[in-house]
Amino acid sequence: MNSMGFFEYLASRWDDLLELSIEHAQVVLISLLVATAIGVTLGVLTYRRPAAAQAVLAVASAILTVPSFALFGLLIPILGLGYTPTVVALSCYAVLSILRNTITGLQSVDPAVTESAKGMGLSDWQQLFKIEMPLAWPVIIAGIRVSALLILGIAAIAAYVNGPGLGGDIFSGLSRIGGANSLNLVLGGFLGIIVLALVFEVLFALLGRLTTSRGLN
Amino acid sequence: MEGVDGSNSGTKAMIRLENLTKTFPGQTEPAVEDLSMEIYEGEIVVFVGPSGCGKTTTMKMINRIIEPSGGRIFLNDEDVTTTNSDKLRRRIGYVIQQIGLFPHMTIADNIATVPKMLGWDKKRISERTDELLETVGMDRSYRDRYPKELSGGQRQRVGVARAMAADPPIMLMDEPFGAVDPITRERLQDEFLRLQEEIKKTIVFVTHDIDEAIKMGDRIAILREKSVIAQYDTPERILTDPADEYVENFIGAGASLKRLSLSKVRDIKTSEWPVARLTDSPDEVKELLRKSGKDYVLLLDEDRKPKRWVGLEELELNGVPLRNAGWPAVAIVEGKSSLYETLDTMITSYKGSAIVVDDRGRYESIVDFGTVLQAIEEMRPEENRVGGGA
Ligand SMILES: Nc1ncnc2c1ncn2[C@@H]1O[C@H](COP(=O)(O)OP(=O)(O)OP(=O)(O)O)[C@@H](O)[C@H]1O
Ligand SMILES: [Mg+2]
Repeated sequence: MNSMGFFEYLASRWDDLLELSIEHAQVVLISLLVATAIGVTLGVLTYRRPAAAQAVLAVASAILTVPSFALFGLLIPILGLGYTPTVVALSCYAVLSILRNTITGLQSVDPAVTESAKGMGLSDWQQLFKIEMPLAWPVIIAGIRVSALLILGIAAIAAYVNGPGLGGDIFSGLSRIGGANSLNLVLGGFLGIIVLALVFEVLFALLGRLTTSRGLN
Repeated sequence: MEGVDGSNSGTKAMIRLENLTKTFPGQTEPAVEDLSMEIYEGEIVVFVGPSGCGKTTTMKMINRIIEPSGGRIFLNDEDVTTTNSDKLRRRIGYVIQQIGLFPHMTIADNIATVPKMLGWDKKRISERTDELLETVGMDRSYRDRYPKELSGGQRQRVGVARAMAADPPIMLMDEPFGAVDPITRERLQDEFLRLQEEIKKTIVFVTHDIDEAIKMGDRIAILREKSVIAQYDTPERILTDPADEYVENFIGAGASLKRLSLSKVRDIKTSEWPVARLTDSPDEVKELLRKSGKDYVLLLDEDRKPKRWVGLEELELNGVPLRNAGWPAVAIVEGKSSLYETLDTMITSYKGSAIVVDDRGRYESIVDFGTVLQAIEEMRPEENRVGGGA
């Protein structure tokens, strides 16, 4: 096959790229959901206990320092190849900023607000769901957004464990660099990720606005 | 005013604290030690004392925001020391200095918090919200605003409205007017006192400002360190008969003047004065003056509003109409004015007396310096009186 220009390449493969991008977005979204469930739950359980909060944050930060290749590699013997190890690894990376923002958000609720809620007879759960979570929400969603950007990039490495998404193109391009269309493959993958990042930004900005009370901004 | 003083026998104790003690974890000294007191139904009781003496801690033990380490709390003779604290709190209105409105909820939703928890239906909640906004002097258009869109004074009003939403018989207020400017504070205080006339709640009110205590309190508890009661009495008695030096020092200078702010003109004996009409003839007025034996006559207009003072000299000046004779009648007070204001008026206007009018400005009587002095004398406890009293 002869090398073609990048735009020519895009024109010939845009439907494949779109499909890969959707796969990529899907796996990122699923990982975000899992990470949000874990991060918010851990945050809620620990925000009133500084020692516990410190401990879970330390663990989540430690995970982030593990190089992604190493983490994916570690997961192969346990979870094999494909979708599952991808979601697990991405979720691990996404937890930190969601957890940290949940704790910060909940801790920074004005104590006068929680005290008046308590004084009015709201139970602990009512305080959490009716008062503290809505007030911490803008901070939490900012954490999810940061995690989203982070794992959009990392997801490309999932190709190493035969994961879905744009990583496949990038890896195969890189492995035969100099060959026909190899650069186009890499660039196409990058472009897909960048476009996804922009789309995510817009969606999170919208979601943030729609789910945050008008009284808070 | 004598009826207000005294033991208040016959009134029901709404809140009873028995040997209440709080020692915070990790501390050796208690913050509140062995406090026992009764708070009567329908009264405002003010806790006042120096910073750190335990006022807030004591108040927060009543709704168990702070759990006591010892002692008992009774509401209406029901022991609530260990009952479900969330349910307890829904029966007690709670207002704190920082107000703590929920910033993500509209004013209406803030106010509706407790009614919603109590399961009221939508219509009832909505009506109650409107009613409360009106009660605290705010327009209905504020319903859908958010707390950040209100002024400090308005937030404070909403805080009070929210605390009253489910009509709790008891309200706890910790320095509720502490965070607003002095003018707004005075207005909020006045409005709240007027409101209390109608709602007659049992209120525990914390402040460190003795003047606010005197103004707001039906009864004042002056506290020492660890919430030990130095004196628990009506403002009148605390001012005229402080229990000890601590209380005296706490009241500070000017106790007698503060005492004057508690008595009203209508409580003391005012005197008659010869009055004539602006439309009367000068000769008639002269005749009246001669007969009365006074030096001046007070001239009233057709609505009986005081207009001018005239003496014999001015009446002799021929050709001056009564309307312009003598000097203008200033120094006017109402029956509901305090003796403090009355004295102030007298001094400001260089007159040894003030004219008392009714709420429509019509002449009623005259109060003079001597009468006020005598009233002060009568406020003193018997043993301290100069001349043995009247
Ligand atoms: N949560 C707490 N933990 C430990 N000590 C506390 C706590 N709350 C209050 N104290 C201590 O208890 C004492 C009484 O405090 P409290 O807040 O009741 O005082 P206060 O009379 O309300 O003072 P202020 O006029 O300054 O509000 C103080 O010595 C304070 O340091
Ligand atoms: Mg206090």
